[in-house]
Amino acid sequence: MSLSEFWDFLVLGVVLGSLYAVIAIGYTLVYGVLQLLNFAHSEVFMFGGYGGLLALTALIPESTPSGVGSVAYVLIGMLAGAALGGAVAFGLERVAYRPLRRHRAPRLVFLITAIGASFFLYNLAGKLFGRNPLPMPSMYENKKVLSVFGAELTITQVLILVSAVAMMVGLDYVVNRTKMGSGIRAVAQDPEVASLMGVDIDKVVSRTFVLGGLLGGAAGFLFGTNSQVWYTMGFLPGITAFAAAVLGGIGNVRGAMLGGLVLGVVETMTVGLWGDDWRYVGAFVVLVLVLMVRPTGILGERVGRTA
Amino acid sequence: MSIKTSAAQGAGQDSPKSATAPLSAAARLRKVHWYQEPRWRRLGALLALAVTLRLMTGEEGTTQDLFLALREDFTGVGLWIWLAIAVAVWAVREFLTDQTSRAVEGTKKVSAGPLDRVRQVWSADKRVRMGVLTAVLALVVFGPLGVERYWQQVLVDQIAIFVLLAIGLNVVIGWAGLLDLGFIAFFAIGAYSAAYWTGALPVQPPVALNNFLVLPIAVLTCLVAGVILGAPTLRLRGDYLAIVTLGFHEIVYLMAKNADGVTEGARGVKVERFSVDLGFFSYEWKLDPMPYYWLLVVFIVLAIFLFLRLEHSKVGRAWTAIREDEVAAAATGVPTVRYKLMAFAIGASTSGVAGVAYASKAGYFNPENFAILLSILVLAYVIFGGMGSIPGVLFGAAFLVWLPEYLREWVDPKDRYMYLGALLVIMMIYRPQGVLPSRRRKRELRMAEAGVGGADATGPAEGRQP
Repeated sequence: MSLSEFWDFLVLGVVLGSLYAVIAIGYTLVYGVLQLLNFAHSEVFMFGGYGGLLALTALIPESTPSGVGSVAYVLIGMLAGAALGGAVAFGLERVAYRPLRRHRAPRLVFLITAIGASFFLYNLAGKLFGRNPLPMPSMYENKKVLSVFGAELTITQVLILVSAVAMMVGLDYVVNRTKMGSGIRAVAQDPEVASLMGVDIDKVVSRTFVLGGLLGGAAGFLFGTNSQVWYTMGFLPGITAFAAAVLGGIGNVRGAMLGGLVLGVVETMTVGLWGDDWRYVGAFVVLVLVLMVRPTGILGERVGRTA
Repeated sequence: MSIKTSAAQGAGQDSPKSATAPLSAAARLRKVHWYQEPRWRRLGALLALAVTLRLMTGEEGTTQDLFLALREDFTGVGLWIWLAIAVAVWAVREFLTDQTSRAVEGTKKVSAGPLDRVRQVWSADKRVRMGVLTAVLALVVFGPLGVERYWQQVLVDQIAIFVLLAIGLNVVIGWAGLLDLGFIAFFAIGAYSAAYWTGALPVQPPVALNNFLVLPIAVLTCLVAGVILGAPTLRLRGDYLAIVTLGFHEIVYLMAKNADGVTEGARGVKVERFSVDLGFFSYEWKLDPMPYYWLLVVFIVLAIFLFLRLEHSKVGRAWTAIREDEVAAAATGVPTVRYKLMAFAIGASTSGVAGVAYASKAGYFNPENFAILLSILVLAYVIFGGMGSIPGVLFGAAFLVWLPEYLREWVDPKDRYMYLGALLVIMMIYRPQGVLPSRRRKRELRMAEAGVGGADATGPAEGRQP
């Protein structure tokens, strides 16, 4: 791998990693408040892709828009993706998880529910929208616009990077500076005491799911723009993002961001060094190695009283 | 729509002053809108269910016309039928049934279920137990002779194999409480050792062996693999262990798929079928599925027998202690890591046996037979049936493998797993302990509901509840 290739793969890795980071936040937020592996989050991500696809297919004209039009369509797609992702996450919490919380069901039951919901959702999407991959309608001419250390970035990649960073900054603000965020953090730290202090736990959990769903949905739209949208598209990015959340220290929002970036870069570097076949091996080897040295992730977990 | 309502509620609560209604904070919290009353909420839930059912049973979408299914589902008469059914059900429930009598029925059910009575008879008399067991075994052994060839194939290729896998995973998760999402990796290792030792891989073994002789080797290989994976990772808890095992599975799967020179890669491997040649007696397993079935039944019965002995031994009790409270178990002197490793390795070797059996039955396999989804499915079978209870696990695996095959006749085959997923969700809401739970597990769940203990030691260090 020459130096210029190295920069190419590094930049690609950062772009991919920022997407993983945004998805991983959804896992880690839910894990923080519920200690639940929300396997169905990958389906939230997938529905986000379909949300953007549906909105753009319905609205976009035959010819590729340019200028302000492009920006508007990108925003429409992202908002539609985020909205559908948030809606699916909200429904998921209401239908599948809330009854379990009422029974204080053990974690394994939550896990199986999440798996069942995931099966249901992706097969439902396959049934409703067909099972072949579909490209996003083109919202702009995808030119190379930016050069970083000799690595050239296309508009899509810049778009992913910018929106992912914006979402992460926004989320960090919401979690650390707003009333809703302090509710989320309070429930994550100790639900019983939080409810004694007047925090409505049901409401906070619901909002946490919606927040994760909005981010996941927008990420699904961005992912779809970069490649395609299909009904099982959530599976591998979902697992990788979950690994990223664990790598950074589950329950820890900044850890999820860091973990996502690390895994994205490791993934593209693996591809660069050994080829596309080994894409996911590098990420998991790194995960296992890091967890052996630091069993609670890079930045440490932030769950319950351990925070 | 639903998001809007939640956001509206949120805004109502968050804004300190509301212009129209000068209510105190407490009064605002007490105020219940009409749509928040239980009755109307139930109607809303039923209507949402009706729309979901319409989507589930409605038009099959295509990629050519993205909106086809949605358009058909929301304009056709089907939606109105479902909605009418929902409203009818709601009306009958709310206005026509006597609410108090139903509540009384509910309490009765808790005190003595029919299952408990069966259990009493079951545990009272040993002869009853032996009689029922013999009858069930006879039915299992000879019953399949009467079914169609297709179902015989399903029975061997899928049901029997997955039952064996589920019994193995039950040791890991049901008894020791270790969340293992990479169980199929050992299944793959078993299958590939069968291929290697019978000389089917590009790399040749020192001596080519008969499939039956491969069995102990595969068990050993999987034991070693289990220990290699387990030793460094078993100090991780719960969800960390889950993701590491998942990663292990992904690594094994990708190696099988990509290391062409060793594993034939995605092309897959042809393996010889089972055969016995002892000089005076020789037999070959051919295309007829039944001989394989009986062989697998022998494996399954053997595994059940061995594991039941384990369950009630010192080892089994140590596993239970670890599952219920790992810290307490360690404090009372249970060498937790050793016992966890043991559970992990025993589960892995069962999976290896299943792998050899699968390879030698199918005669051909490729890496796609070990996809990550299967690991997750086997876990679902174990929990569905009732983790920790052998009859439960047997039922769970057999039923959930059979169901998608059966659904093939009724719904579009591509949609089968949608129904399976819905079934899992509904089941976990209404019967989280599984269909046939072990008594111990049932008590753990009841205690957890009452706020005592965590029911699983798979959680973070303090065993907190979600």
